[in-house]
Amino acid sequence: MGRNPVTWLGSPTFPDAARRSLGDTQLRGNLRKATTTIRGKRESAVAELDDWEQLRRAGEAVKDDVLANLDTYLERLEAAVSERGGVVHWARDAEEANRIVLDLVRQEDADEVVKVKSMATAEIGLNEALADGGVDAIETDLAEVIVQLGEDRPSHILVPAIHRNRAEIKEIFAQMPDPPDSDDPRALAEAARKYLRRKFLSAKVAISGANFGVADTGSIVVVESEGNGRMCLTLPETLITVMGVEKVLPRWQDLEVFLQLLPRSSTAERMNPYTSIWSGVTPGDGPQKFHLVLLDNGRTSTLADEVGRQALRCIRCSACLNVCPVYERTGGQAYGSVYPGPIGAILAPQLAGDLHDEQAASLPYASSLCGACYEVCPVRINIPEVLTHLRAEVVEAKGKRTPEAMAMSAAAWVFGSRRRYEAAQKAGSLTRLLARGGNLSSLPWPGSKWTDTRDAPVVPKESFRTWWRRNRG
Amino acid sequence: MGSARDEILGRIRAVERPESPPAPRDYDRVRHADDPVALLAERIADYRATVYRAAARELPYRIAERLDGRGTIAAPADVPGEWRVPGVSWLTDDPPLGVSDLEEADGVLSGCAVAIAETGTIVLDAGRAQGRRVLTLVPDYHLCVVHADQIVVSVPEAIERLDPAGPLTFISGPSATSDIELDRVEGVHGPRTLEVLLAA
Repeated sequence: MGRNPVTWLGSPTFPDAARRSLGDTQLRGNLRKATTTIRGKRESAVAELDDWEQLRRAGEAVKDDVLANLDTYLERLEAAVSERGGVVHWARDAEEANRIVLDLVRQEDADEVVKVKSMATAEIGLNEALADGGVDAIETDLAEVIVQLGEDRPSHILVPAIHRNRAEIKEIFAQMPDPPDSDDPRALAEAARKYLRRKFLSAKVAISGANFGVADTGSIVVVESEGNGRMCLTLPETLITVMGVEKVLPRWQDLEVFLQLLPRSSTAERMNPYTSIWSGVTPGDGPQKFHLVLLDNGRTSTLADEVGRQALRCIRCSACLNVCPVYERTGGQAYGSVYPGPIGAILAPQLAGDLHDEQAASLPYASSLCGACYEVCPVRINIPEVLTHLRAEVVEAKGKRTPEAMAMSAAAWVFGSRRRYEAAQKAGSLTRLLARGGNLSSLPWPGSKWTDTRDAPVVPKESFRTWWRRNRG
Repeated sequence: MGSARDEILGRIRAVERPESPPAPRDYDRVRHADDPVALLAERIADYRATVYRAAARELPYRIAERLDGRGTIAAPADVPGEWRVPGVSWLTDDPPLGVSDLEEADGVLSGCAVAIAETGTIVLDAGRAQGRRVLTLVPDYHLCVVHADQIVVSVPEAIERLDPAGPLTFISGPSATSDIELDRVEGVHGPRTLEVLLAA
C-alpha cells in the first residue's frame, strides 16, 4: 500500500506554511472579502428556517445511523445499483481506486475524460494517475478550471479557487483559445462556457463524485450550480462515479433533510441551481454504462476511532472554513491537503492515518478552538472535541523523549509534593527581574520558545499560599 | 489477500459500533403558505429567472407569447398538442434528437413533475411532457410550464411525491456559479435563460 495522497507530499508543517501565507496580502484580501460575503449570506439563509436546529439534529442522527450500520447500507446500495444496471466496484485505497478507474476508461478507448468537481477524486489524486496512464482529465467546474489551468492547488472545499480574485482569473484564462475580454465575472463565466462546450459534446467518458447515495433505491445524488455536472452526467456514454463509503444514506426520505442542510450551509442558497439524481442506467436517457466505485482510503480506520469518527458525518459544505478565523488568515493551501480548514484539520490526519508524519500531526493544532465551526456545522460535528482528542494522540505518538513530554513529567514531579511545589513558586517569582511593563517578553531558553511569539504574564511577588500563611495562618 | 469488498466490509464489522437510536424527525415535514403559487413565483424570481402567470384556459396563448420569434423549439414527444403553438418550428424528440440538433435549437419547452414553492425549485422526472434529460440541458433557453397541482411548499413534501426510479433534475433558476469571489453570477453551462409559466 502506498502513501495516502490526501495530504500533499512535501508540504511544510502548518505553522511554517501559515507563516508564509500570512505574508501574502493579496491572498488575505481575497479571502477576507469572499468569506465575509458568504458568512452573511449563510446566516440569512439559515435564519429563514425555524426548524434549522431540528434539521441539524436529524442530519447528525441519520449520519450516525449510517456509521453504526455502514456494512448493511453499503451492501444494500450495491444490490440496488446492480439491480438497475450499474456495476459496483470496491477500492481499499487511492491506488486501487485509481487503477479501477483507469482500467474502465481504457476499456472505452478514451484518452480524454470530463470531470465533475469531486472531493473524493481530488483526495486520491485521480487526475495525476490518469495522466500517468495517458488519459487527460478535464475539470469542468469553473473553480477547478481556474486551479487546473493555473497549475495551482485547491484552497477551499466548495470553491477551490477562492484565493483568486477576478483579475487573477482573467489572467489565467488568457491561455484559452477564446479568452475573456474583461474581468467581469459574467465574461469569465462566458469564456469557461465556450472553452468547455466542445469537450462536453465530444467526451465518451465522464467521472463524478457523489454527494449522497441512497441505499434503498440505489439513487446517486450530485449537487451543483453551473450545469457542468448535468452535462457530464447526461451526455457521455459511460459514467464512473467515485464515492466515499460514508456518503451512503439509508433511505430516500433522508434526502429531505440533506437537500435542506447542504445548499443553505454551502453556497448559502435556498437551493443550488441544479441537483441530479439517477439510479443505475435509464434506457435511452443519459449514460448507458454506469460504474460506482466505493472508496475506503482511510475511512474504515477513522470509523474505528470512537471520538474521531464523527468527522465521517461531513457533507463537504465548507461552512466551517468560511467562519474559521485561522482559515481566513492562512488560506487553504497552508493545510497541505485537499481538505483544508477546521474539517480538514480533523479529517486529513485521520484519513492519512499516520500521526508520525510531521505535517499531518501539525494539522490538529491549526485552530484556536473558538468553536465557530461546531456552531455552523449542519451535521453537528464537534470539531474542537476531535481537535483536542487528536492533539492528545499526536503527543502520544511522539513518545516520552520530546521536550513537551519531559516538561510534563517534570511538572508532574513538582506538583507531586507540597515542598517542591512551593520551592518552584518562589523560583517563579524570580522571573519578575526580567519583566518590563508588567509583561515578560523574552525569557531565556527554553522559555524563549514561548516568548518568541507572545508575552507571558509576570508571576506575582508572593504566592497565594504564602500570603494566606502570613495573614491568616 | 481477499477481495476489496470483503476486506472493507470486514474492517467495518471489526469496529465496535454503538446502536444508534432512530433519527428524530421533529422538523417541519409540511409547511404552510397562504398562497403557494405566489410564494413559488417570488422565490423563482429571486434566482433571476422570469415567471409568468396564466389562467389554465389561456395557457396556449401565453406559450405562444413567450416563444414568439424564437425560431426552432425542441419538445418532448408527449407535450400536450395545444402547447405546440404556431409561429415557431417544432423539433420533436421522436425519433430521438441528436445533441447537434439540440445545439441548433433556439430553446426547449417542457412541463415538470413537482415544484417546491419555498425554495423556488422545479423538478423534472423524465415523465409526461419532460422527456430525456438532454432536451432541457443543451438548448440555451428553457420554458417550463408548472400546473397548480404540481406545487408543494416544502422540500420534504417534494421528496415524498417523487419516484426515485427515474432520473431526476432539480432546477432552481438558470445555470449559475459562485466560484468567482463567492458571488452568484448567472449563465454558465446549462440554459442561461429560464422562464417559468405558472398555469394556475
